[in-house]
Amino acid sequence: MKKIDRRKFLKGSLAGGVVAAATGTTKKAHSAYSFEGYPDSMGVLVDLTKCVGCRTCEAACNKEQGLPAPDKPFDDMSVYDEHRHGGLKRRTSEKAYTVVNRYDIPEKGEPVYRKFQCNHCNEPACLTSCFVNAYTKTKEGAVIYDPKVCVGCRTCMIACPFYVPAYSYSSPIDPVIKKCIMCYDTRLKFGKPPACVEACPREVMTFGKREDLIKIGNQKIRTTPDRYVNHIYGEHEVGGTAWMYLSSVPFDQVGFDTKLGTQPIISYVKDFLAIVPMVLCIWPALFTGFHLLAHRKNARQQDNQTVKSKKEEGHE
Amino acid sequence: MKMSIKRKTLYGAVALLLFTCPCIPGNAADGPEMVELGSLTQYYEPVQFDHELHVGMIESNECAICHHHTLGTPVLDPVCQRCHASSGETDFVACRDCHPAKRFSAEYLAVLEEDINLFHLEKPGLQGAFHQNCLECHKEYGAPTGCQDCHVRSEKGDKFFYSGEYAPEPADNSSGH
Repeated sequence: MKKIDRRKFLKGSLAGGVVAAATGTTKKAHSAYSFEGYPDSMGVLVDLTKCVGCRTCEAACNKEQGLPAPDKPFDDMSVYDEHRHGGLKRRTSEKAYTVVNRYDIPEKGEPVYRKFQCNHCNEPACLTSCFVNAYTKTKEGAVIYDPKVCVGCRTCMIACPFYVPAYSYSSPIDPVIKKCIMCYDTRLKFGKPPACVEACPREVMTFGKREDLIKIGNQKIRTTPDRYVNHIYGEHEVGGTAWMYLSSVPFDQVGFDTKLGTQPIISYVKDFLAIVPMVLCIWPALFTGFHLLAHRKNARQQDNQTVKSKKEEGHE
Repeated sequence: MKMSIKRKTLYGAVALLLFTCPCIPGNAADGPEMVELGSLTQYYEPVQFDHELHVGMIESNECAICHHHTLGTPVLDPVCQRCHASSGETDFVACRDCHPAKRFSAEYLAVLEEDINLFHLEKPGLQGAFHQNCLECHKEYGAPTGCQDCHVRSEKGDKFFYSGEYAPEPADNSSGH
């Protein structure tokens, strides 16, 4: 691991600030730039209409990622009746990078199950919020992180619009962020689909190039319009995500936030953040200059006055 | 190590039997009585699929319910009818002849990408085809839908699911968190 000492870190951030201030201070330059994902990045299309809530994906994730034993067996369906504080459904944790939740929709005869894990955004809020650069968006589409760099500040947990990153609260000495990495280390890197995708008996998840998945999603909606609502969740949400969803019921009824908008989270703070280096670097120099100028006039006046008084003294 | 001719023949015969049984084209009466579905099993024992029993539940020309357009019987889905109304019988009719075992392997994804005119982009893999087709029908007709109703879980499966003798100690969840 590369070691960065404090001096280097400060030097680096100062230099970065100067470059940022010098290159991009106009508003136009910032809003014109947006990252829409790597061209051949992979993704997963989740068809909620096919999920029967068997939890095989959870077991596969546990095995692949070498996670600790679960509190209940993976074939125990009583977990669907569990609720967290405030009646919220199960969420990802340091022991489970993916969970399935059940939603009882009154109009529908049967429950709808929804698998939940990191959506691997094109422009991840976790990545942009991380001040130690622990996160990486790989060209395959996965959002991975280096736990050795993570300082455990939990900023990414707050930044994530899907509340995905979990925290190893059980480790008081060295707590770090824990989340789905799309099986990058063991599978995705080698062209294999994530473990959950391969394990799913119903093939709820389709793995492929993100752009192909959008085509497949649209084709499914077009050929069987009665089966789906006309929307692929994640195609545009927060700038697009690698994991996308098809549903038979409106997405807000099955735990999706439909008010996130289509802008990457970073775009809401980009303009403000662009000003920060400018303020930090230019303002001190500028105002020191003003101060000196103002002071110079005073000093000159003082000088003049002393010369005058000396002259007057000489006349007397 | 060299195999004896006898053993080779035996293996050959077994392989031939396994690969040909479910692939016989023709009408329902020509189909196999029983089909062992076990090429993908990992955490469960193979399914002993009673083909004859299922054939008995449908009309003789309703093979398309499971076999789509491949047996030459009328295609039922109006979406499929657009192209397959009279596309005729195909040479191969077993599930695995069309539905790939490794649906998401790099090799198969490359095959999909090469064929730019391919319509069936969403064709499920073999595991998906079984569980989508079988389970959907079982739900509709009130047939068993539990995992172990069709295939018994193996010990490896128990370990995978942390179930049976591998079940975790019950945790104290009284705090409600």
